[in-house]
Amino acid sequence: MSGLVIEPPREGPDPAVTPNLHRAAGHWGTHRADARRSVDWEAWRERAREIRADAVRHLPELIELLEDRVVAAGGHVHHALDADQACAHVVRICQAADATRAVKGKSMTSEEIGLGAALAQAGIEAVETDLGEYIVQAMGDRPSHLLAPAVHLSAAQVADLFARESGRHFDPDDTAALVDYARRILRERFLAAEVGITGVNLAVAETGTLAIVESEGNIRLATALPRIHIALMGIEKVIRNWDGAAHLIQMLPLAAHGTPAAASTSFITGPARDGDDGPQEVHLVLLDGGRSALRGTPFEETLHCIRCGACLYACPVYRQVGGHGYGTTYSGPIGAVLSPLLARGGEADELPWHSSLCGACVEACPVKIPLDDQLVTLRARAHERNPARAEAALFAAWARLWSRPATYRATAATAGRALRPLWSALARDGWQRRAPFPFSGWTEGRDARAPDPEPFHVRWRRRRGGA
Amino acid sequence: MAGPRTSRIFRTFPAVRGPRVQLFVTCLVDLLYPEIGERTVALLERLGCEVAFPAAQTCCGQPALSSGYPDEARTVADRFLDAFAETEGPIVAPFGSCVHMVRHHYPRLYEGERAMVAARLAARTHELSSFIVDELGRPAVGGRYPAPGVTAVAYHHECHMRYGLGVTEAPMSLLRGVTGCTIVEPARPELCCGFGGSFSLKLPEVSVAMADEKLDSALEAGARAIVSTDVGCLMHLEGRARRRGLPLRVHHLVDLLEPDGRL
Repeated sequence: MSGLVIEPPREGPDPAVTPNLHRAAGHWGTHRADARRSVDWEAWRERAREIRADAVRHLPELIELLEDRVVAAGGHVHHALDADQACAHVVRICQAADATRAVKGKSMTSEEIGLGAALAQAGIEAVETDLGEYIVQAMGDRPSHLLAPAVHLSAAQVADLFARESGRHFDPDDTAALVDYARRILRERFLAAEVGITGVNLAVAETGTLAIVESEGNIRLATALPRIHIALMGIEKVIRNWDGAAHLIQMLPLAAHGTPAAASTSFITGPARDGDDGPQEVHLVLLDGGRSALRGTPFEETLHCIRCGACLYACPVYRQVGGHGYGTTYSGPIGAVLSPLLARGGEADELPWHSSLCGACVEACPVKIPLDDQLVTLRARAHERNPARAEAALFAAWARLWSRPATYRATAATAGRALRPLWSALARDGWQRRAPFPFSGWTEGRDARAPDPEPFHVRWRRRRGGA
Repeated sequence: MAGPRTSRIFRTFPAVRGPRVQLFVTCLVDLLYPEIGERTVALLERLGCEVAFPAAQTCCGQPALSSGYPDEARTVADRFLDAFAETEGPIVAPFGSCVHMVRHHYPRLYEGERAMVAARLAARTHELSSFIVDELGRPAVGGRYPAPGVTAVAYHHECHMRYGLGVTEAPMSLLRGVTGCTIVEPARPELCCGFGGSFSLKLPEVSVAMADEKLDSALEAGARAIVSTDVGCLMHLEGRARRRGLPLRVHHLVDLLEPDGRL
């Protein structure tokens, strides 16, 4: 149930998730709007964009610097070209330490590489410790949002799950009891775990420091209690220095939830020093996974993403279909751009059409990724890879006809007058309940406007005698 | 001597008479809503503009571009460039999304000399309401809602206007000048209505669900009409409202700016 591309995207709205999504999107939308007024939002966005652009432009040298500093701090660095290599690194580190019990922090990168399945296959039990991730794991489900993995579920569904697990009754309105139940179970897992596996929000190259933000405290436990910490990170998450880190660490929670700071941010520079608590080993697994190939292409800015989830809550399509509706680990507008780029084989090439190109995502993005332009470019790229011949022929014919005024007017006259009997048989006061190909999809849910028998250009010519 | 001096005064103070405007009517208005084009001409003339209609214009090419056919989009956009490059003065369209196509996408669609031509045209192209408010300096132009009594209307901010062109205030300013209606604000006004051009045909179920949310929120706010400056949104919202038999009328803003409220 994980990997970059999981299943075909959903073609219609998902009524099972929309009420939950609409509640969350409304809630966080209000918070974000308030928070943006508290800072010079446009200046903050530009600064964040510059920090990320600098990092991506100088990626090879910054990754080299990061590796040097992590190793100097006593950590280990592993490079993975693809998902399989990344999973193999994690499994090998666990096996080398004879570890079979792991606790996991929330990480979309681990979903991207299918780490859960790889660990299970190797006989390593990995328990998700973010509450939302714990819930979706226990349900055999998968996360539907970058930050809020269980946003598609209701409290009642969670109460049912915990009741099934424990044989006790849970009141869906008593969230404290639900959280308390999960906390008790997870506490035992933390204490028993030999390995903690987390993602990374950003890595500061100049000191080899990994920054991980969270709201629940599970990251603190997962990176402090087990004797081994494995951090998994896409190479693009590196940034140059603490100056940039200080800004992004504030920007991320502001863009995500409209809060000025995350509840907790862990900064990890190497393993525990002598006499300190904490892991004896820290491993950083650096995943390329198709990322470096995007540098120097029209899609380089996609690598600026800080995975805040703002574009998801802003997106009117995400709002209808939910995160699972995209059929990929990364959903929403950023997922519709990133998935076809990283999948490379064309498995997610349909996703760029899962957008109305309204541009709400661009406005929400804290690093100003031109997602709408990229969606348009990706649609063209998908056609190059896998031509839709009938549609291409239709557009070619259309372009020939509509690039010359005479033939444009001829099609207008044909649609408006010659085909009039056909339209008017179906129409009432200029609207009709059925439309011919290629507009038949339109009238499944909407009446269609009939072409006017006298277009504007005819009216103008008649009244003004040409121009 | 008197003749040339007078004409120089008119050149120096074009606001006295209003500029000569090139109407970019857009294909949807031309073919499906010609009366919106006629009302646009009447309004601009009432405001003192001289309106010209370059007869060689067809479509801006957006349907092809957003469907993933940039070459075909360029073939059709070439026609726009040729039709308007020879003209002078502002180019005005009653359709925000097509203006966004010209202003935002044209300069990226071309290279070299053609890109310069496209950029010059882009700078000259304006959406009708922002042209009236920001260029002509007319924050209100009167108008009457075409029904007896007072009708509650919700304005739908079209996304390419709001997010693309950054225009939200101009149409509201003109709407506030209309008598016979009150303006109500539905919940989540920033949401897309679900038209999205090819999107409405590619994912019709999602598209219609988005329209329903927009229509329902307008009704819940007490609106009896939805007003916009995007003909695509209007066609989509009215088509859905008619199919559901909702008590909601749908208007282009220019419908309400007629001085005597006749439609």
